[in-house]
Amino acid sequence: MRLELEKRAEHSTAMALLSPVIALALTLVSGAILFAALGENPAEALYVFFIEPLTASWSLQELVVKATPLILIGVGLAVCYLSNTWNIGGEGQFTAGALAGSVLPILFPDFQTPFTLPLMLLMGIAGGMAWAAIPAFLKVRFGTNEILTSLMLVYIALLLLDWLVRGPWRDPDGYNFPESRIFSDAASLPALADGRMHVGAIFALIAVAALAVVLMKSLKGFEIRVLGQAPRAGRFAGFSQNKMVWFAFLLSGGLAGLAGISEVSGSINQLTPVISPGYGFTAIIVAFLGRLNPIGILFSGLLLALSYLGGEAAQVALGISDKTTRVFQGMLLFYVLACDTLILYRIRLGGPAATGKGA
Amino acid sequence: MTATTPTDPPATGRERQGEILLEARGISKRFGEVLANDTVSLTLRAGEIHALLGENGAGKSTLVKILYGALEPNGGTLHWQGREVTIASPAEARQLGIGMVFQHFSLFEALTVAENIALALPKGTGMRELSARIREVSRDYGLTLDPEAIVADLPVGIRQRIEIVRCLLQEPRLIIMDEPTSVLTPQEADQLFLTLERLTSEGCAILYISHRLEEVKRICHHATVMRHGKVIAECDPAQETAASLARMMVGSAVHDLDRGPRPEAGAVRLELRGLSAPADGPFSVAIDNVDLKVRGGEIVAIAGIAGNGQGELFNLLSGERLSAPDAVQIDGQSAGRSSITARRRAGAAFVPEERLGHGAVPGLRLSENIVLTRHSTGDGLVRGGFVDRDRAGQLEQRLKNNFDVRMSHDDAEARALSGGNLQKFVIGRELDRRPGVLVVNQPTWGVDAGAAALIRQELIDLSRQGSAVLVISQDLDEIFEIADRIAVISRGRMSDAEPAEAMTRERIGLLMGGMDEGQGGATHAA
Repeated sequence: MRLELEKRAEHSTAMALLSPVIALALTLVSGAILFAALGENPAEALYVFFIEPLTASWSLQELVVKATPLILIGVGLAVCYLSNTWNIGGEGQFTAGALAGSVLPILFPDFQTPFTLPLMLLMGIAGGMAWAAIPAFLKVRFGTNEILTSLMLVYIALLLLDWLVRGPWRDPDGYNFPESRIFSDAASLPALADGRMHVGAIFALIAVAALAVVLMKSLKGFEIRVLGQAPRAGRFAGFSQNKMVWFAFLLSGGLAGLAGISEVSGSINQLTPVISPGYGFTAIIVAFLGRLNPIGILFSGLLLALSYLGGEAAQVALGISDKTTRVFQGMLLFYVLACDTLILYRIRLGGPAATGKGA
Repeated sequence: MTATTPTDPPATGRERQGEILLEARGISKRFGEVLANDTVSLTLRAGEIHALLGENGAGKSTLVKILYGALEPNGGTLHWQGREVTIASPAEARQLGIGMVFQHFSLFEALTVAENIALALPKGTGMRELSARIREVSRDYGLTLDPEAIVADLPVGIRQRIEIVRCLLQEPRLIIMDEPTSVLTPQEADQLFLTLERLTSEGCAILYISHRLEEVKRICHHATVMRHGKVIAECDPAQETAASLARMMVGSAVHDLDRGPRPEAGAVRLELRGLSAPADGPFSVAIDNVDLKVRGGEIVAIAGIAGNGQGELFNLLSGERLSAPDAVQIDGQSAGRSSITARRRAGAAFVPEERLGHGAVPGLRLSENIVLTRHSTGDGLVRGGFVDRDRAGQLEQRLKNNFDVRMSHDDAEARALSGGNLQKFVIGRELDRRPGVLVVNQPTWGVDAGAAALIRQELIDLSRQGSAVLVISQDLDEIFEIADRIAVISRGRMSDAEPAEAMTRERIGLLMGGMDEGQGGATHAA
């Protein structure tokens, strides 16, 4: 007996939907083994990690707050990956958006009008786009590998943020803590209900709905898929690969920038040396787990947000390092990519013996 | 269509002599629902060139893969020199003495000839010793080969020699050749036939797979014809006509093409004026000062061996690559700097050589693949930036019916279609627009005889309705069947298009080899 991978004639729609579910199940099993190895009761640990955060109103709100940037960045990245453009720098574009949007409330704290917030949002989007434009330009003009350039720009953005909040943008009344001044009410995204949830969640829903329509119905969505799957056929159709690189980077950069300024003005209300627990990287997992489909990303964004909450809960309740969050996220991406093999292949048991008997 | 005639009993020809080398008895192979080989029996004798004939999908490749150990049969037995054997891998096949020359070469372009051959041999052969053996074998068989040459620099005909020499070094008793002449000039093919004759005189058996019936008649001693996975007939090809062989393969008479009267020369609809372009990659060919006029109502064919600039020329014509503004003219308008979309709007249509990945996106449904080339040509497929799926579905149905595109279920993904059906779709998609100018690269490459006849007839019909049709093809039979005028491309340069009646195979062969016009043997291809 041996295992064989057999190519399917067409891709399996059922497997495309089942793959993330199988991946999630495998992640949970691996997680249980991991917890057992750490000396915890696996059932209890998994409960603390994945179920308990869903039982309280405040933590459900927190779930939405954490899912918001994941979904906003994730849908943008989905457009990149569908078009075969490998933007890995969502974290940098998120940070650049947060910085650009924070110029008004930090440098012009007295500019408090109804236009303040919309301007901040626009500047945030522009900041994210500008950061994403760098790898796009380098790729189109010089053929640079965008995976490397977009990733390296993440670290530049993070260090720029660090330098600003410790230096020129430090709060003059802040007792030398490395923090910016706190945003005025006019510069803060309004809350939804009376908790931590803010308007950014609505931006995320709009982005999901708009991109779902664009990707499934429009010629632009068709162009994105064609250039992603078969670049030569895309050129034959009259679509431009270079324009698509620009489009994908500017769109995903803009959405990441919007996520950045929304997070800062809606949730943190000031700039601190760290404004993201790696949303821009986790959004890569969100995009793939959600099948690069905006609706799917809505759900996978919530699931990955849960892994952040679960990590915090596990740290508090069980005393396990919250690095387990990263472990779970990593395993999930690993399994979903592995299970995706089954979309184009089926596993066959048996087949001829590997060792021949000769003549 | 004439009714299918029941097949004649196996014709008897010359007495078959020679020791039986390999015998396949009742071989069956099933892939899911499909019975690719249904109790197939085949006897290969020493000293015999044995043709295996059949349309695409008839089960030839499956049978050959079983003989070469790449597939395991579900039923039946193999006998090597009278002894029952299992051939579990190509390595075991080679041990028995079975060699294979593939249709698509498996050579590393960046390596030398000797290095490529060393890769296929058991480890531990010294390179110097190997080079000496390559020289010896290639000289013995008239297959001149320089072991130190880099493969990338060699023309296709020479690359095939590498494959053959690689096979000969293993001293096989049986050689399987898959479509060996499809990439050769007539002269190169003749050279190959001499080698085959020499091999058979030494007692080697050859299993020869080819679509070219004239060639089979000329060199093969015996033929086995397959259709739908079964052996339909065995015969002596010398006693048959090309038409009778084709009838056995297809199961019914293949229609002769109806070319109709040659129309009066119409206006020039496609013109190339001194079209030039540098090579755009290390393995690409520069296009050098090409002039051509294609008039409405005629088919002009460009003959040439693969890799002499056909793909590059096609890209310049389609607008996937731009050129000087005046170098390409469509209906009198300069189009050299127009995008492919603008050229389509001007009434031109294009069918590239690669069906999957260039002409169609493998993972998209046929209806979506219609949108690929027709989103901006006024077919109502895109309204206000949104794709009209219903309209795409209607067009897909129309193409399916008009061009006999067969698939397992409605609106399948492009990758699920067989080569012939996908080609009918890709060509039908453009013909359906009734374009004023049509450029097709290799219209029937790897397509079975029935589909090829249909496609050729459609091309003729389009031209007779007043369109200019430019066909780029490696298949001389096809070119003589449909072309009104013929040009030959060689290393990016093109000869003048001359009336088909004035052209002979020999002359085309010389032009393919890069011989200058009129003066035989002036410059010879490397």
